[in-house]
Amino acid sequence: MALPPSTLNRRSLLAAAAALGLAPAVPASGQAPLRTPARILIIGAGAAGLAAASRLVQRLDGAEITLIDRRREHLYQPGLTLVAAGLKDAGYVLSATRDYISGRVTLIEDVAAEIDPVGRSVTTEGGRRVAYDYLIVATGLHLDYAAIEGMDVARIGRDGLGSVYAGAEQAAATWRAMSDFADRGGTGLFLRPATEMKCAGAPLKYAFLTDDILRRRGNRGKAELVYNAHNRALFSVPIVSEKLRMLYADRGIRVNHEHVLRAIDPGRRIATFRTPQGDQELGYDFINVVPPMRAPAVVRNSPLAWQTGPFAADGWAEVDRGTLRHARFPEVFCVGDVAGVPKGKTAASVKWQVPVAVDHLIATIEGRESPARYNGYTSCPMITRIGRAMLVEFDYNDNLVPSFPGVIAPLEELWITWIIKEVGLKPTYLAMLRGRA
Amino acid sequence: MQDFEIWMFIAVFQEMLGWAIWPIAALCVAATLALGMVLLRDRRLVAPRLLRAELLGLLGGLAAVAAMFAITSSWPGDMGGPIDWLLAIGIFVAGGLGTAIAAYAVAGLFARRGTVTTPGV
Repeated sequence: MALPPSTLNRRSLLAAAAALGLAPAVPASGQAPLRTPARILIIGAGAAGLAAASRLVQRLDGAEITLIDRRREHLYQPGLTLVAAGLKDAGYVLSATRDYISGRVTLIEDVAAEIDPVGRSVTTEGGRRVAYDYLIVATGLHLDYAAIEGMDVARIGRDGLGSVYAGAEQAAATWRAMSDFADRGGTGLFLRPATEMKCAGAPLKYAFLTDDILRRRGNRGKAELVYNAHNRALFSVPIVSEKLRMLYADRGIRVNHEHVLRAIDPGRRIATFRTPQGDQELGYDFINVVPPMRAPAVVRNSPLAWQTGPFAADGWAEVDRGTLRHARFPEVFCVGDVAGVPKGKTAASVKWQVPVAVDHLIATIEGRESPARYNGYTSCPMITRIGRAMLVEFDYNDNLVPSFPGVIAPLEELWITWIIKEVGLKPTYLAMLRGRA
Repeated sequence: MQDFEIWMFIAVFQEMLGWAIWPIAALCVAATLALGMVLLRDRRLVAPRLLRAELLGLLGGLAAVAAMFAITSSWPGDMGGPIDWLLAIGIFVAGGLGTAIAAYAVAGLFARRGTVTTPGV
């Protein structure tokens, strides 16, 4: 459909913004802040919690906004892969949580221990009970390393054991282990859990990066790389999965399907995978462990968790996938990793989820209906080597939703996409935390 | 709405460049104003000065592209499609134009009046 000239420029601007995760899912109202005495409680000061707090501060006047989180350091998680590839140091992903909190938000440095959505209160580990009118649950998720028999997070970086997700120091330690492997060669194992997970592209990227670093050091011929997929596909979006199959074949990365890591023996360097044929032991010289991921206990053990269906087992929050509003407690919204929706455990998802949830919350205060909907948009700059990436963007329906149709092809390995990841993503993310993007 | 989008981009650039965004912006404005002043004063383009500014612009363009490769741990072999070449050309043009404008303006501000008004020089 041809666009009228007047909207073409704006669309171009929005397309550019969208690729950086900038484009607004909810149009700015341009209205004066709404005056309200509402008590709004946010659990979690990660990407979703901070972004929600900033947006509420901008749109409300007089509201009592409280944030609960004990962590003083904020972790820029999209940067962990770059740290684990030796391209950035650990400090690149760390900053102070307080840097992103407005003076109009009360921060309680404690951990939410119990949510009572019937009594509309949250109790902290320190025993403090905080009542609310509206609740935003943005707890993130729990990395369940304990579910892998023999796994010891303290050993990450030694004996060929890597795990990009555990934190900044662990990502840097993973780089040391991977770099040693790239010097010597051997067998490198890559995998993903059978649970929902944050940024499902990350384990795939890390296999690509390991392949690239081996090649740069002239040792690719000394190494065998094996990616262990939990099911029959490499990626949940079929067209992307097929492209990845071709790229892995091109790079010589072997794929095992229906292999789920069950146990690990770091001393003997043996990983045990659950397969349809029974347990299979695979030896390794380097392994990137990606643990099962579940909702944190405070949500999993609360009435907010899904009671039935595919999201129930790991306790993800039961929300409407279009509005992020809880199915049974309409004054509760769940955003970010903890939301029990298909796809969408990335910073790009947060960028699109938070404005929708905040608009619905404010609409409820005002007594109106919000037209805002989250369509499952998420984005993954799929790094295929240092210097190139594919800008993969998709929605709930596995549709590719490229921000630059006809300009940046979503399934093409490009330098521009690498630049977006390297240069554009972090400032966009930080601006999002401050509610400015 | 348009204003909102512009502020969004400024916010991202602020996060990207930190405190340096304002000195850089000031430098861009100063170079442009200086160029305007020099052009108004001279009432024409001075060919030798323009040539030197253009040659410096070429170096500036190359430096901008080289800086982008260095900052992003990449190299020319990473360019994989037409859009990558267009981006590199865009960076070259931006770096080149910026350098040429600044070079011409600075040379003009420091030029002796006699040199400027000599016809055909």
